[in-house]
Amino acid sequence: MITAERKPMAEIKAMLAPYRKILVVGCGTCVAECASGGEKEVGLLASALRMDAQIEGRTIEVREMTIDRQCVYEFIDKLTGVADRYEVILSLGCGAGVQAVAEAFPKMLVIPALNTTFIGETKEPGLWVENCRACGDCKLGYFAAVCPVTRCAKGLYNGPCGGSKNGVCEVDPDTPCAWQLIVERLENTGRNDLLEAIYPPADWSRQQGKGPRKIAREDQRSES
Amino acid sequence: MKADSNLKKVLTQNVFAVTAECGPPKGADPGVIKKKGNLLKGYVDSVNVTDNQTGVVRLCSMAACAILRQEGLDPILQMVTRDRNRIALQSDVLGASSLGIRNILCLSGDHQSFGNQQQAKGVFDIDSIQLIQTVRRMRDSGQIIGGEALSDPPELFIGAVANPFADPFDYRVIRLGKKAAAGAEFIQTQCIYNVKRFKEWMKQVLDRGLDKKVYILGGVTPLKSARMAEYMSKQVAGMDVPGDVIDRLKGVDPKDQRREGIRIAVETIGALKEMEGVRGVHIMAIEWEDAVPQIVEEAGLYPRPRISEE
Repeated sequence: MITAERKPMAEIKAMLAPYRKILVVGCGTCVAECASGGEKEVGLLASALRMDAQIEGRTIEVREMTIDRQCVYEFIDKLTGVADRYEVILSLGCGAGVQAVAEAFPKMLVIPALNTTFIGETKEPGLWVENCRACGDCKLGYFAAVCPVTRCAKGLYNGPCGGSKNGVCEVDPDTPCAWQLIVERLENTGRNDLLEAIYPPADWSRQQGKGPRKIAREDQRSES
Repeated sequence: MKADSNLKKVLTQNVFAVTAECGPPKGADPGVIKKKGNLLKGYVDSVNVTDNQTGVVRLCSMAACAILRQEGLDPILQMVTRDRNRIALQSDVLGASSLGIRNILCLSGDHQSFGNQQQAKGVFDIDSIQLIQTVRRMRDSGQIIGGEALSDPPELFIGAVANPFADPFDYRVIRLGKKAAAGAEFIQTQCIYNVKRFKEWMKQVLDRGLDKKVYILGGVTPLKSARMAEYMSKQVAGMDVPGDVIDRLKGVDPKDQRREGIRIAVETIGALKEMEGVRGVHIMAIEWEDAVPQIVEEAGLYPRPRISEE
């Protein structure tokens, strides 16, 4: 999933300061899973904004709405007929959601309430960890399903640096050394043959070669 | 008239090599480099210049190497992959050779989060092994990454580092093998305080015959005090300072601890000289370059051989 964290209240308040009619929009998919932008978080944030305005003696109108996905037009369309009654949309979607909503409503101001952080997994309740950088050229098959690009602080393809000690990374003692995991898993899965392989420089053009990436599939387009 | 690497000559003539490290200043004064270089001159075969070590901005390694060369020393350009992508790295390899620099040491570099530019973007476009491979191909095949030909290949003696004290221990020698296979010709190791563990690593090196593929120079850093030893033991990742070394320094009056630190360094070099497969020593006297002549002399490695030009 794509993870995100709510921005500090002061930053959200500063961006909303000129506006009185606010539509707070949540997203029911990734950011709901990581408890930053789902229906519950929309409710909490809207209440906080109302309470804040009341304490400061301001009159504001806040409406809450959560759609299934902010990054898919058929769900965004649910805002049609509602959005234009507000001065601003405060989006609790990820960066993709904020931009997709903005594109659907060219004359609406759309402000992000979250900082989108990474693609990761829910490790345990309340703990999310990054494990994919969407490099566009997955090599997990060679690295025993542990991504060195993401999980090694230096993104090293050819083994641990000199700072791997007792299984942890020198940069952060709470982070396991990705290469310690790779070496152990290669050995445990009978792939010792890959321990000595030398990997050539990565093809980063798949990640950032020509600016924003797109996937175009005719088989998915023809039906509409 | 192109001079060859002095380090390469010393090593190929089977002489126990001595290299030292010179840290550039946090400023633009070339005098600091000249002064450090002249302290080392005559006592070492080659001088490493660090590349923004620990992620701290300093005068660049390339300029410092050029200055040392003017002073008559044989510099080793340290090049990390943290700060530059493959375009800049390959360009700098050519630039270094054009300035008469004849040695390069390829590293990934300390992570930027340790330095004074913690918000910097870590580049790591390629890693140290890929850099070794790249320089080797540029030199031997006259090709850059992707295969395009160079008009003139760079002339560089290619080095890399090894840390026998990091984990996973058994992978360390595999990684050394990868560096040798990638094209490294000499290896400088992390500072050795745990001689026993270094010997275990060297046994693995000999078992794999890697001592025949690369020249191994053992790293030695003189300790200035018991406090420094404790700091390195606890705070510096990948450093192994055993308790008995710390206790030995603690057992000495603080004003004599520097002297004791030098004694330990000299003893370590004595052990390295006797160890099969070890072909030299790399002395990293951090901001203490004036300790190097004394260490070299006491270790019986002075004077350095004068290798005649062919």
